[in-house]
Amino acid sequence: MKEIFKRHPRYGAAPQDFEALPDNLWIRCPRCRELLYSKELEQTQRVCSKCKYHFQLTAQERIDLTVDAGTFELLGPSMHSVDPLHFESRGESYSDKLAQYKDQSEADESFIYGAARIDDQAVVLGATEFKFAGGSMGAVFGERVARAIEEAELRGVGLVIFSSGGGARMQEGTISLLQMAKTVAALDRFKESGLPFISVMADPCLGGMTASYAMLGDVNIGEPGAYIGFAGRRVIEQTMRQKLPQDAATSEFLLQHGMIDMVVPRVELSSVIGRLLRAYVTCNQSSIRRRLVEQPV
Amino acid sequence: MSSLFDFEHELQPLERELESLRKRRDANGAEADQEERLKGAIDDRLREVYSRLTPWEKVQVARHRARPYTLDYLQLAFTDFVELHGDRAYADDRAIVGGPAVLDGYAMMVIGHQKGRDTRENVDRNFGMPHPEGYRKAERLMAQAERLKIPVVTFVDTPGANAGLMDEERGQAEAIASSISTMLALRVPTVAVVIGEGGSGGALAIAVADRLLMLEHSTFTVASPEAAAAILWRDSAMAPDAAASMRITAQDLYGMGLIDDIVPEPVGGAHRNVEAVAAEVGRAIRSSLDALDRLSVDDLMRQRYTKYRDIRFYGE
Ligand SMILES: [Zn+2]
Repeated sequence: MKEIFKRHPRYGAAPQDFEALPDNLWIRCPRCRELLYSKELEQTQRVCSKCKYHFQLTAQERIDLTVDAGTFELLGPSMHSVDPLHFESRGESYSDKLAQYKDQSEADESFIYGAARIDDQAVVLGATEFKFAGGSMGAVFGERVARAIEEAELRGVGLVIFSSGGGARMQEGTISLLQMAKTVAALDRFKESGLPFISVMADPCLGGMTASYAMLGDVNIGEPGAYIGFAGRRVIEQTMRQKLPQDAATSEFLLQHGMIDMVVPRVELSSVIGRLLRAYVTCNQSSIRRRLVEQPV
Repeated sequence: MSSLFDFEHELQPLERELESLRKRRDANGAEADQEERLKGAIDDRLREVYSRLTPWEKVQVARHRARPYTLDYLQLAFTDFVELHGDRAYADDRAIVGGPAVLDGYAMMVIGHQKGRDTRENVDRNFGMPHPEGYRKAERLMAQAERLKIPVVTFVDTPGANAGLMDEERGQAEAIASSISTMLALRVPTVAVVIGEGGSGGALAIAVADRLLMLEHSTFTVASPEAAAAILWRDSAMAPDAAASMRITAQDLYGMGLIDDIVPEPVGGAHRNVEAVAAEVGRAIRSSLDALDRLSVDDLMRQRYTKYRDIRFYGE
């Protein structure tokens, strides 16, 4: 058993494990350790050609890979995290840390959303930015998820959210926890609108998100091999005082246990989402649906 | 003599004196006087010590073994409690208890985390850390309350939801998400009282109420101070720092407007006078429900939605 873990030590690896070699020409796969030519990795939508590991994507990469070319329109006013707790960690304030997150990620927060077309279907699409504070849920994250949900309802289109992140933003304490309540409150309303929510979870997808909006999709989708769980691998190993099998809490594991509807390889995502949207929204214009949506009982 | 926390050390001589006084007590009036005086002195010291507890000390108090748990409140503040069991899908999780009960002549559905007081009971109750079926039982009871049109009252007291592989298999994340969703959508008034540890999503699952109250020395946090310290500084020994930095006390959260009220505890904490704190909690629930009772269902739903949707703390 131990051998298996030695051979696959980096299942569900964190981004700092990515090994970019000089000039970023070659990138080492965090799972199988294969050296991949970065140009080729772009062509495979950042999926390892050897082991099919789905590399983490930035929000922009995710959007570019998913939507019909040139159709994404970023929505929502600019927003920024504040430091409501005056959080200090070893002489470094949360405000300093936020500036660092911005520099490292070249993003303004850990979630963005906008309007787009996927497979020619209009949607509101949101995506986490894993590079910004590990895609953690702070007040801006929660507010933007809620606004994305409301925007989809307003426009009468389907909602698609790509989630990948570590959970709570510790520096925002209980405010971070309450973002779970905020996103679910917004989603509860959305579900009365008769529109679908498609939740796509990518590696890794943890606690804060999965225990709130992300697991409440009308359709839950996991990317192949993605770690999706309430708790992280390390926490579970501590609780159980034993090593986890390699496939524990992966998309495939969740599919088997009935927690998600399907495991969809990245290259097929757009067409699967397109099919779902056609069934639930575009081609679903029967008079009974119209009556129910326009005059909810 | 009860075991004392480090921060209560200055009480030791007084408590010893009281103890020995009690031992050699006869019906002598003078000694009874002295006992009263001593008790008063102890209360004064306790009042002072407890008025300046650090967040980490509050964590200790919130976890005190003699602190009343959900079933204690059900026994002391309520009548006619009947415990219901099971999620109708997989198991009965003993880390969450619930059932109908009566408070001052008013029926309500009471649901709460339940810790054990000794090792054997804690094995049975899993230290108050629910599995998915605990949340699904809670959800079942909430739905039942809505159908029978009685308010839902929850007691929050957990280190967090259990984090084992079996929990992932049975959908811990989905169970919590679904419980939050169901509780937010209930068309009956809801009151949640954090009575000890409000630990993370496992606490939030049954805490998203119209009125969120906290006992004076309870905590409500996104991650336990130990876990937060491990995440922030890779050192769980820094838990006291994490407890302070994350503003997890009732006073801090009330100051930020994240909770609705603080329920005062007896001098020296709930564990020193269980009857008194139970009465206080009963009163707080009653007055919350009286206020909520004046709202139409639509207003109730609108206010609850706004309460959670409009949490700000960001810049725009
Ligand atoms: Zn690979």
